[in-house]
Amino acid sequence: MKLLKSYKLMSLAVVLCLVLVSGCKNKHSYISKAKFKGNHNIIITFAGEVDTAWARDAKNYGIYAKPDPDIQLKISKIIPGPDKKTVDLYFTDELNQNQPHILTVKNIRSNGKDIGSAVVEVKKLYFGFLFSILIGAFLIHNFVFTKYLGLCVFFGTSQKKTTAVGMGITFMLVMVASAMMSWAFYQFILKPFHLDFLQIVVFIGLVSLSVQAVDTVLRKINPALFKAFGVYLVLVIANCVILAVPLIIANNEYNAAESFMLSLGAGAGFLLALFLMSSVREKLELANVPVTYRGLPIAFIVAGLFALAFMGFSGMVIF
Amino acid sequence: MPATTKTNFQLVINGILKENPIFRLALSMCPAVGISTTMMNGLMLGIAVLFVQIFSSCTISLVKDYIHPRIRIPTYTLVIATWVTVIDLTLAALAPVAYKQMGIFIKLIVAFAIITMRLEVFACKNTLWPSFWDGVGMGGGFLFGMLTLGFVRELLGAGQLFGYDVLGFRPLLFFALPVAGFFCVGFLMAAFNYIEIVYNKRKKAVN
Repeated sequence: MKLLKSYKLMSLAVVLCLVLVSGCKNKHSYISKAKFKGNHNIIITFAGEVDTAWARDAKNYGIYAKPDPDIQLKISKIIPGPDKKTVDLYFTDELNQNQPHILTVKNIRSNGKDIGSAVVEVKKLYFGFLFSILIGAFLIHNFVFTKYLGLCVFFGTSQKKTTAVGMGITFMLVMVASAMMSWAFYQFILKPFHLDFLQIVVFIGLVSLSVQAVDTVLRKINPALFKAFGVYLVLVIANCVILAVPLIIANNEYNAAESFMLSLGAGAGFLLALFLMSSVREKLELANVPVTYRGLPIAFIVAGLFALAFMGFSGMVIF
Repeated sequence: MPATTKTNFQLVINGILKENPIFRLALSMCPAVGISTTMMNGLMLGIAVLFVQIFSSCTISLVKDYIHPRIRIPTYTLVIATWVTVIDLTLAALAPVAYKQMGIFIKLIVAFAIITMRLEVFACKNTLWPSFWDGVGMGGGFLFGMLTLGFVRELLGAGQLFGYDVLGFRPLLFFALPVAGFFCVGFLMAAFNYIEIVYNKRKKAVN
């Protein structure tokens, strides 16, 4: 168990480093901050004072969403701040805050002097974005109750609480391992060599491989844990979630930290769903269910009620 | 299990009624709940699964003598994945609109338990033609289940069939919600159970 814990800490540290590195690269000497403020508005903060006449000229600003550089967004209004250090840019169209925007500021004039141009990336707080991916996969877009994936295993192993928790934890571990492997494979091998069409074959192969790897490692390191969770490992391959997550990661071009968060959220969400369902089904054993509904039919109806409850999360936006 | 003694017709009927993948075996439930909102969706995915099932059954029954028993499951998975890639690319080229609606489910046919299970139980022990007909039966059973679900949900939810207005009003809007898939499958399973119970009682009474 101790070994397992140190592994977890190490992986967490690696992820934190990645986040810090990728979060701090977009700075320019004279623009100290540029961030979204509402759906139509970007606020720029300069390190020193800028000339108001210069700041009012819309020709000095250029902005586009990162995925489509040829579409320049139109500025409708510019309001310089009273302290001459901030500028409010208003846009005619709504900004999609989920995408990073590239902002070009030309020939910044401070006290009558031209101090060059700057290009900055405007995006949402990165930690917040990561957190929203995690919570999104965990609750808002729960894979079982709102995307209807992994149902075979879900109904098969949710009869008892102990089984459900065992399956959930095993699934979470394998999910994270295989998602990270698939991410690396996709980014560094499939994409550079234009082998995208092999996605399905490669991902399912990697899943079986990581299941086999977890099996072998667990058997050697912790036989007690293997005895408890070994039986669920085979079932993991039959779960569509484990294939869906790498496909989603490849589709959305997530980076390492984002993929880690998505797979962790998906695994935890599956664990949560299994736990909730098994709690209800243990109680159902004692209830007087009509003969025709016994077994799977009533389980489906209970799952439907859960799904209705989870619909309440839909449309929720964090950060 | 030795090689099957059933006739081809029995194999097909077995897959559609007696061992229906959705209502009797309760395998591959994800698409049954997820995208059975209209009959068209059910038809498209059903055809895709039928195709993958038939072709992978045939492939495995042809090469079964060359597969080492210890690596048979990975082999099955790879064969299925290959055929899924084929149908995925074909559908993306020929029917882009329907393909977009189905989303990720076409790619997830790889993880459907029903296909692997048929390869393990049937195709690796039988010759080409019985495997072919078993594939037709199982794929057909899945198609039948998806069409039934789509029929109920589209008729009750939107009052339409295949996109054409049939009733002129919407009896139960609830069934058009994505969540209703769970309820619909539950109710239909209960109905099948009820029919079975009544049928067995009658049989007993006759004897």
